[in-house]
Amino acid sequence: MVAADGRPLKASLNRALRRQKMRSLMLIAPLLLFIMITFIVPIGQMLFRSVENTIVSDTLPRTTASLGDWSVKSGEAPSEDVFYALTQDMVVAAEGKNHTRLGSRLNYEAPGISSLFRKSGRGVDKIGGDYGDAFVALDPAFKDSTTFADLIASPAWLEAVAEDPEDAKTRYFRVNPDIAEILPYTSDAYAAFARFYQDEGKKSPLKAKLWNTVYLALYQDLSRNGDPALEGDIGAKLTAAAAIVPDLEVEVLSEAFRKIDKDWLDPQVWTLMKRYSPKITNGYFLNSIDMQKTVDGPAWRDEDQQIYLTLFWRTLLMSVTITASCILLGYPVAWLLANLQARTANLLMIFVLLPFWTSLLVRTSAWKILLQQQGVINDILVWLGIVSDGGRLALINNATGTIIAMTHILLPFMILPLYSVMKTIPPAYLRAAKSLGATDWTAFWRVYFPQSVPGIGAGSILVFILSIGYYITPEIVGGTKGVFISNRIAYHISSSLNWGLAAALGTILLAVVMLLYWAYDRIVGIDNVKLGG
Amino acid sequence: MAKVVYNGLVPTPSLLGFTVPVTAALGGFFGLLAGQATGIGAGLGIVSGAIAGAIIAYVLATMLPYKTGRWATIGVIGIIGLLTGGAMGLVVGLCAGAILGWCAYWLHLGKYRRSLPPYATTGQVLWHNTFKFICGAILFFLVAPIVTIIPLSFNAQDFFTFTPEMLSLDPAGYSLKHYQDFFTNQDWLRPMKNSLIIAPFATIISVTLGTLAAIGLSQSHVPFRRAIMAILISPMIVPLIISATGMFFFYSQMGLWMEDTFGISKSLSGYIKVILAHAALGIPFVIITVTATLVGFDNSLTRAAANMGATPTVTFFRVQMPLILPGVISGALFAFITSFDEVVVVLFVGAAAQKTLPWQMFTGLREQISPTILAVATILVCVSIMLLATLEILRRRSERLRGMSPT
Repeated sequence: MVAADGRPLKASLNRALRRQKMRSLMLIAPLLLFIMITFIVPIGQMLFRSVENTIVSDTLPRTTASLGDWSVKSGEAPSEDVFYALTQDMVVAAEGKNHTRLGSRLNYEAPGISSLFRKSGRGVDKIGGDYGDAFVALDPAFKDSTTFADLIASPAWLEAVAEDPEDAKTRYFRVNPDIAEILPYTSDAYAAFARFYQDEGKKSPLKAKLWNTVYLALYQDLSRNGDPALEGDIGAKLTAAAAIVPDLEVEVLSEAFRKIDKDWLDPQVWTLMKRYSPKITNGYFLNSIDMQKTVDGPAWRDEDQQIYLTLFWRTLLMSVTITASCILLGYPVAWLLANLQARTANLLMIFVLLPFWTSLLVRTSAWKILLQQQGVINDILVWLGIVSDGGRLALINNATGTIIAMTHILLPFMILPLYSVMKTIPPAYLRAAKSLGATDWTAFWRVYFPQSVPGIGAGSILVFILSIGYYITPEIVGGTKGVFISNRIAYHISSSLNWGLAAALGTILLAVVMLLYWAYDRIVGIDNVKLGG
Repeated sequence: MAKVVYNGLVPTPSLLGFTVPVTAALGGFFGLLAGQATGIGAGLGIVSGAIAGAIIAYVLATMLPYKTGRWATIGVIGIIGLLTGGAMGLVVGLCAGAILGWCAYWLHLGKYRRSLPPYATTGQVLWHNTFKFICGAILFFLVAPIVTIIPLSFNAQDFFTFTPEMLSLDPAGYSLKHYQDFFTNQDWLRPMKNSLIIAPFATIISVTLGTLAAIGLSQSHVPFRRAIMAILISPMIVPLIISATGMFFFYSQMGLWMEDTFGISKSLSGYIKVILAHAALGIPFVIITVTATLVGFDNSLTRAAANMGATPTVTFFRVQMPLILPGVISGALFAFITSFDEVVVVLFVGAAAQKTLPWQMFTGLREQISPTILAVATILVCVSIMLLATLEILRRRSERLRGMSPT
């Protein structure tokens, strides 16, 4: 069979269908792209942030690498090599003011450790200074950054910089691989120095004052491998320097760090650094369920430090209470609205839709004002003589306040789905049941109620999902006893700045909500969500 | 067996055995309130209220026709209220009179069982009316908090409760000073301006993209329809605090990137960030309302238009758009109110320069609560009443267009 243009009908129809699909996808594409960028990517980034832990290995790359051989169970501070790596890393970090950031990151895990990093940032640049003085005294050329650059930089880099000295500020510093083999420590330390100034972009590394770490590295190279025996002027200088190295007084690095802060010899500090050196950590997740990393794997925190499980439990419990009170209050109203004449029902519907459309802040402020100790509700109770003036009820800044206010705020979300389900139940069923001899209760419970269960399910999941992530209302009327996990997330975002923990808590909450969303989709179907009757 | 007198289909209840005692009980309850308010004591209040209730029930049931009886009760109790409690007493008295008179006739004429079949037992009648009362109480619970703050916003004092002057309806107890503060104070005007900048732009973005996508989604063969729908609806389902957390990380980088790449000012990039975030939050509402409207859309109309030579663009603007306009407008209203009401995301994504009205209210409620909040709240309630009315009109129009019976 062929179509009018001579193609086979099947192919022609297929092509039309394909075109239709393409057209609808083209219509959807802009929005899908928009939501992906403005919403899905941020959420994904948050999920990633809950396990991301690059700050330790980014700030202290050499230290974390050299810590690999050190065993947590050794019970003593690591070797001199690790302290050498720490010196190099800490100087770079301290020059870029990154050590305080690392300190506050590790402070989440071990309170008090941030002062250790702050202190060390100030003292660490002195280490290696004695070697520097000795080398400079031997030959003033060692004071000059260009001496080292000529020695270590790759020929191409040197050529480019010779043509345009400004290039030194920007052209990525490359090491001469031959020299890197002979003088590994020095080239690494000088490259770190040069690249730091290039990143900052203000000063040419050739004009900057050399860091003491470069001399420390040179000493390390010369004391380990002796005279590198290079050719030329610089080779002679290095030979001279190598000659004085055995006579120099050895600076014990662990001792130098102990002078800055004795905690550096504490194996606990090193255990912590080793534990958080991988780029991916489950530390935030362990924290968010009140656990911590220990030598023997994850373990519970002390009783008095456990807050998150209590908070999760409270959030769930209060959301269940709120959902239950919404069912209790919403069911009768929905039944009444569904069974009244349309005109009256529409009129009464205003009572449900007005709060639904009123600003959340307005409703929350109304409750804050009504529930206060000196508020309208307490005033009326005192006036009626139900409570004495001294015994005014504490209705706000506790769980009661949160439950009352949130039940009121979420009640329309229960009534509307219930109403739309009940609208579809024919009233004749109840009459039929009664005419067959059922009592009122039996007719309701065995005939009407089972048919309204989908409405209860839809409303409950909606209310539960909304209440489990509520922030504003608990924050304002909840005090300390009525806050949810979301308030803790907000606290970590805006006050304690522990963003990783906030992301982990958010991820757990998101997982719970996604599970419920999936259930909602199975029960109701996401296409069937209706708004406002 | 007692003789049963029928009033229409329902039997007239016993006067002395039912109508009088029940009205007396209600009178006693009002008496309790009045006794507490005037200070004559609860016991005396209950007794005198009950006696008054009994007399009213008896007199109305035996001597006066319906209308005369209602007005007479309102008048008499109103005057008693005026004499004992001044202006407020008058208002309370008028209300109490209206309720008592209504109750007496409601009981006496058997209206309380009018919507039930004549064979309903006493228990069923009692339950039916208790149920109505419970529903009334729940509806009261829904609107009372919102209604209460409206008179409180006219308070002349900086209190959050009714002052004695307000209760005695003394004009000196009321003033517009909180409204005056709102309209003159930069702390409130600037957030108001920000809200009015951010919400419309966010609405335009979500309505334009949302309507297009809804049209695409409503066509018959859409691959991955469920997955796409789930993604597009997700901003509504994911708790705001999580969206805000995610956006906080992402939008701060995006802001820096925009400032570096396009060289725009910090304030402008702040607005763009908040507008984009709010547009994302509003999109599910647009999708839901517009797809709901498109369900009833007759696709042969577009085919007919194409048949007569209209291009797809002309078909869209001249045929499809006018028919789905009510859905688009209600989607736009939802998107607008979502952005206009939103606090959490703007709190995390925006800077102080983008402070919106809800943000300012939130700060006010959390830190130093000022009565101006009540004036703002009242204005916002009026705005939502207008939105509600608009939506209702649109809903009726769309039902008429689709040939459904107007309700």
